[in-house]
Amino acid sequence: MPPEFPQIPALAKSRTGIDGLDAITRGGLPTSRTTLIKGGPGSGKTVMALQALRYGALEEEEPGIFVAFEEYASAIRTNALGFGWSLEAMEDRLFIFDAQPTNDLLQSGEFDLVGMLAGLEAKLRAMGGKRIVFDALDIVLKLLPDPASVRREVYRLHHWLLEHELTAIITLKTSGPNVWFHGEASLEFMEFMVDCSIHLKHETVDGVSQRILQVMKYRGTGFTENAASFLIGPNGLELAAPRSIYADERPVANERMSSGIPRLDSMLGGGYHRGASVLITGFPGTAKSTLCGTFAQASCEKGERTLFISFDSETNELVRNLTSVNIHLVPYKEQGLLKLLSARALTESAENHLLNIKRAVREHQATCLIVDPISALAKSSAKGLAHGVVERLVDWIKAAGLTLVCTSLLDEAGQQLEGTPLQISTIADTWIHLNYTVHAGERNRALSIIKSRGTGHSNQVRELILHNEGVTLADAYTAGGEVLMGTLRWEKEREETIAAQRAELLDQQRDAALEHEEAELKARLQVMQLELEAKRAEREANRTARSQVSEEKNSDQEQRAKLRGLDQL
Amino acid sequence: MSQETAIRYQVFVAGNSPNSCQALHNLRLFCEEHLPDRHQIEVIDVFQEPERAMEESVLLTPLTIKVSPPPILKIIGSLSDRAPLFQTLESSN
Repeated sequence: MPPEFPQIPALAKSRTGIDGLDAITRGGLPTSRTTLIKGGPGSGKTVMALQALRYGALEEEEPGIFVAFEEYASAIRTNALGFGWSLEAMEDRLFIFDAQPTNDLLQSGEFDLVGMLAGLEAKLRAMGGKRIVFDALDIVLKLLPDPASVRREVYRLHHWLLEHELTAIITLKTSGPNVWFHGEASLEFMEFMVDCSIHLKHETVDGVSQRILQVMKYRGTGFTENAASFLIGPNGLELAAPRSIYADERPVANERMSSGIPRLDSMLGGGYHRGASVLITGFPGTAKSTLCGTFAQASCEKGERTLFISFDSETNELVRNLTSVNIHLVPYKEQGLLKLLSARALTESAENHLLNIKRAVREHQATCLIVDPISALAKSSAKGLAHGVVERLVDWIKAAGLTLVCTSLLDEAGQQLEGTPLQISTIADTWIHLNYTVHAGERNRALSIIKSRGTGHSNQVRELILHNEGVTLADAYTAGGEVLMGTLRWEKEREETIAAQRAELLDQQRDAALEHEEAELKARLQVMQLELEAKRAEREANRTARSQVSEEKNSDQEQRAKLRGLDQL
Repeated sequence: MSQETAIRYQVFVAGNSPNSCQALHNLRLFCEEHLPDRHQIEVIDVFQEPERAMEESVLLTPLTIKVSPPPILKIIGSLSDRAPLFQTLESSN
């Protein structure tokens, strides 16, 4: 008989309510097991643990205890209010245990954690607790005299947690002013002990704050191993969920959205696709923002809720500047259809911008999003990270079915002439490039469509004309293989106009002459008609006279024959 | 040292765990030697009265508290080292 192994139930997971984290861990933290959260000071350990505990108590009917070694319960409650979490109202489901060791504690001989565990056990039983958080366990471990006792007490705690089948989170500091006095290595064994280990990092890259979370270990399950960025937002932790390779079953729309420039729409075969991401690249001053403005106006006109995020200028300036080219956004803003936001690239990390953009989209329930310029994100983070952010933004926009129009600024001396700093051109569906052409002493704006997935599109470079009556694309004149723009185009147009006028004049003259001839002919025809009729009448009269004569003649003959008594033939 | 003032101790113990038994034993010996008839010892078993342990935020056991006269002094451990106990005496003068 084969040996019997104990039946181990399938690994269950407990949701944390932190969306991105539940995605990374594919369902949450291990149920009835211990999770370790390690991080430096201010890395978000306490918030994350508290958020998961609160979610369990509120949504999963799993009350819990928060053992606060570092902060007073009152301070934790106050801080939680900052995230909109009212812990006082749920005291029966989420209990905060004040466990700060007092500094005046004298030590004498051996001691252990049994006292605390006994108290917690009673409390858990009374409230039906399922989850527990030990926040900053290192604080209490620091009281222990040597690494051996630390080890003993940690294993005592671990055993106690398993025995009571608690879904536990233990947070530990890794660096900073409170470095573990026995040396960090003495707590390293906890990594091996727990079933799940998560590291949080808060660092500054080029002066911009960057928070990173990474799952280092998760026994018995697959998980996303890459680091994920997160931020501590107004409602707690927000984690950028990784791009999933399975998220490809999206409905694709054939509907077109107007770009706001009819001729551009016709170049694109009807406009932008709904749900597409449109990238507009160009040097400074090539009217990228203006193209954003025309799209915003056209979308609002159709009642689409539109969000316009400008990294370049204040929203009021933007509106004023667009008014000069006959784009009027104020009424839509007042109706609430259009929301304008201005942001400064450097104030936040790219990750924060992404999460802020997502939040703004949700709040506004936008169907169209404009980000001008998206390349600003590159300024706010290390390039590699920023690219990931833009890619995720495009991905998220697609999943949400939004139409995205974003711009990317190129340096005047940009070495990549028609590339984009963030390489978004590869993931954008439509790529419009704006350029200056310098010719015959003029600088004119040229627009070309470099690519547009799923649409036939004109391959010709057109001139973009900004006018106080609006924005238009001019007809392309080609001469000697070159597209004519500015004055050259105007001259060509003028030439053609004069030629056309001359031709028309000639035509009119010719027409008049013909008309004259026709009238003359008609008159002559009339005269001749009259003559003809006269002739006919004359002829008729003639014929009548002749037949009378012949009748008379016949009757005369008969008469004569009678008289003469001629024989009948 | 006034003869009238009795020193009151509370000892939080974790059942019959070795450290707890040791602490009680050491405290009693100390009191008999230095505070004959001038001491009170209250023993609280955290397994029997966990609520009291929570109220006092007892993390580590055994915990010996000199409750009165003030100031309050807290000593964790099996009391194998008598120095902190002498401190409770001195602070009561």
